[in-house]
Amino acid sequence: MSTPYAKLPAWADYGLIPLINLSVAFIVAGFVVMLVGENPLRAAVILVEGAFGKGTGIAFTLFYATTFIFTGLSVAVAAHCGLFNIGTEGQAYIAGLGIAIVCLSFDSVLPWWVNFPLAIVAAAAVGALWALIPAYLQARRGSHIVITTIMFNFIAASLMVYLLVGPLKPAASQAPQTRNFLAGAELPKLNWILELFGAKIRSAPLNITFLLALVMAFLVWLLIWRTRLGYEMRTYGHSPKAARYAGISETRIIITAMMISGALAGMMALNPVMGDQHNVAIDFVSGAGFVGIAVALMGRLHPVGIVLAAILFGMLYQGGAELAFEMPAISRDMIVIIQGLVILFAGALEHMFRPYIQALFASFSPRSVGMEAVKGKGA
Amino acid sequence: MAQAAIELVGINKSFGAVRANRDINLEIARGTIHGIVGENGAGKSTLMSILYGFYQADSGEIRVGGKPASIKTSNDAIALGIGMVHQHFMLVDNFTVLENIILGAETNALLKSSIAKARSELDRLEREYGLEVDPDAIIEELPVGLQQRVEILKALYRGAEILILDEPTGVLTPAEADHLFRILRQLKEQGKTVVLITHKLREIMAITDTVSVMRQGTMVATRETSKTTVEELAELMVGRRVLLRVEKGEAAAGAVKLAVKNLTVKDSRGVTMVDDISFDLRAGEIVGIAGVAGNGQSELLEAISGIRRAVSGSVMLDGKPIDLTGAADPGELRDRGLAHVPEDRHHVGLVLAFEENENSILGYHDDPRYLKGPFLNIDAIMADATDKIEKYDIRPGNPRLKTANFSGGNQQKIVLAREIEQDPGVLIVGQPTRGVDVGAIEFIHKRLIAMRDQGKAVLVVSVELDEIRSLSDRILVMFAGRIVGERGPDATEGELGLLMAGIEQEAAA
Repeated sequence: MSTPYAKLPAWADYGLIPLINLSVAFIVAGFVVMLVGENPLRAAVILVEGAFGKGTGIAFTLFYATTFIFTGLSVAVAAHCGLFNIGTEGQAYIAGLGIAIVCLSFDSVLPWWVNFPLAIVAAAAVGALWALIPAYLQARRGSHIVITTIMFNFIAASLMVYLLVGPLKPAASQAPQTRNFLAGAELPKLNWILELFGAKIRSAPLNITFLLALVMAFLVWLLIWRTRLGYEMRTYGHSPKAARYAGISETRIIITAMMISGALAGMMALNPVMGDQHNVAIDFVSGAGFVGIAVALMGRLHPVGIVLAAILFGMLYQGGAELAFEMPAISRDMIVIIQGLVILFAGALEHMFRPYIQALFASFSPRSVGMEAVKGKGA
Repeated sequence: MAQAAIELVGINKSFGAVRANRDINLEIARGTIHGIVGENGAGKSTLMSILYGFYQADSGEIRVGGKPASIKTSNDAIALGIGMVHQHFMLVDNFTVLENIILGAETNALLKSSIAKARSELDRLEREYGLEVDPDAIIEELPVGLQQRVEILKALYRGAEILILDEPTGVLTPAEADHLFRILRQLKEQGKTVVLITHKLREIMAITDTVSVMRQGTMVATRETSKTTVEELAELMVGRRVLLRVEKGEAAAGAVKLAVKNLTVKDSRGVTMVDDISFDLRAGEIVGIAGVAGNGQSELLEAISGIRRAVSGSVMLDGKPIDLTGAADPGELRDRGLAHVPEDRHHVGLVLAFEENENSILGYHDDPRYLKGPFLNIDAIMADATDKIEKYDIRPGNPRLKTANFSGGNQQKIVLAREIEQDPGVLIVGQPTRGVDVGAIEFIHKRLIAMRDQGKAVLVVSVELDEIRSLSDRILVMFAGRIVGERGPDATEGELGLLMAGIEQEAAA
């Protein structure tokens, strides 16, 4: 057959199918909760209430979501150009270095609203440069980007450990991290926005990078679907041969896409470093780069989907923490299992239910699935 | 009429909402050659796949030799004496002929006895049907015509009484095709039944006894071949009258637009595919390059259009050199007025996942007309796409539709519209009508001739000899990477066929 999947109406494609996938993930997760002897319904209530029930919970959920929006966008930009950037983790981690340089140098002399743009540029630049090397190797040497970006995660991790237990650590300190930033490198919180809606917030790390993330989501949309560069990236992503035919330089497009991807990954570091911890600590990325892969896939590589998927994962992080606290039988590892199930059903098995839904749609309204999609082809 | 070998009664098959076969009734008489014709997507392949056990019919009955048969897998089909020769051969390239023939029909765990048995059986088959082929030859070293013979032998070895051939002549030279037809006639004389699926009406007329025509999933007619004409069959296939050969006036060839000198091109494995080729292309003429697929035409096209780097040689476009061995880039050639309709529109000429309007600017996306600074000028692109849709009658006429959802003919029109509307001085076209329905062929040919009449230089590469003969003002024949002859449009098929097969090399003009 000429196309693997016939067309569904957009609302089914982007709404119904993810919803079904998600429900199945939660049902299976419910069985896991039952296995450890807890009530799955009560667990679900705790999880959702923990994430959205109180102002503080919402703020935490959005704080985590901010991180995932950046990494999700990073993965998506590369994916539109046909590149699987697994190096988001390392690019974000190493970008902490750029932020550290800006913040440690200027936090006593400049106000936050000067340091913030400087740090954005530094984080993006360092992230982009870290992605440049694998991109160059792919474009000019044919070294597979999946392998090189994984390797660069390890290099980034080792380099950061060296710096954080050595040069960047204050002399008297026992902790593997930089000194704490002064007020000039602390980003303003956004909790007051939630308080406008009557929520009560004790202390939560939600900060202005959330708005930056939303702006970046819009800019990525603009880039991918409205600019010449985005057009060239998508052409190459769908068919390198067609890109060659269209006169698009393979080297240029791979390097450009990967540097944008790396820059977005780098910006992720702003959220925990300047918005929350106010220092650069060991392992501050803690897997957000890999979650970004799931977020990007679940969001169908579209910024709106990525923002929604990031909020979902933010909810799982925040609600999961509450759940582990409320139900001792459910450990942190159980939360990881639930997250894993969501990734499995929404990401890896994304198309599992699609044929059935298509058949269902076909039986109701044959026209909606596109008459021309299938040609009998036996050989 | 002889007893029916196969009867299909009321066969229905849907894929989702698409009814690929509806209420098909077909009776194929024993010991005859039965042709099935239809456009791409008419349902021929689906029907044969049902017969061979790849698909299950939703409803309907298959009778083989008068008895109802249930065919769930191809093994069932083989057991019933049905054999199939696929369009794309199902052979293991690095096995010998003998090994391929016993593949899947080994009689026990050790190969030795199977091979010995197969060798004597093969001997008999070869003698009986004139299917000579060296049993110890390695498949990849055999020409395609012989590979196809191995496929036929494979089916016969498994005891096939009914042989289905799917587009068997697509990869053959005219001489090889003739030989195939002789074999098929011999099979018929021995009492075998042959089903021939093709879109080439001339072959139907030449060899079949009976012909059935399919259109849009239905069986529209069955005729005795001797009592029908090519024109009638074409009309039945398309559902309206079609011109099979487009009328065109004399060419008024002008100045040389494209001069190719001593061009040599290697493929990615380092094999020389284009070997020291020289020719001129003039304004106001169509030059056709004929040849059996794989004789270097694809590489020639790719080199001239800047996609593949040439090894040596020089090319002048409008009197100025193009650096095809170095920095030439398809974008630069486009800027200099050389447009290219590539052979492979699915992977090269189009991005199938794109909307139609996005494909209508592919390669011209850096044209300021379609841009506003770094942004795409969506309004201009849409207006332009709508305009082309109207001019080229592209259906469905929706520029927002995904390109994969257009038929082959309409996809080809999208590419042609894009390239022709840029008003290039030189147009290079690879396989202008491959996988395109009969109705669209006429349209595409007319457009190409209109280009010529406007004084453009057009180079057409096609493996369809009919197409080359009907379009070209001059015909160059390629064989093994060289141009082995030049002929006028009135060259006979036999003459060209010999050149295509590499015979009569000294006759090169």
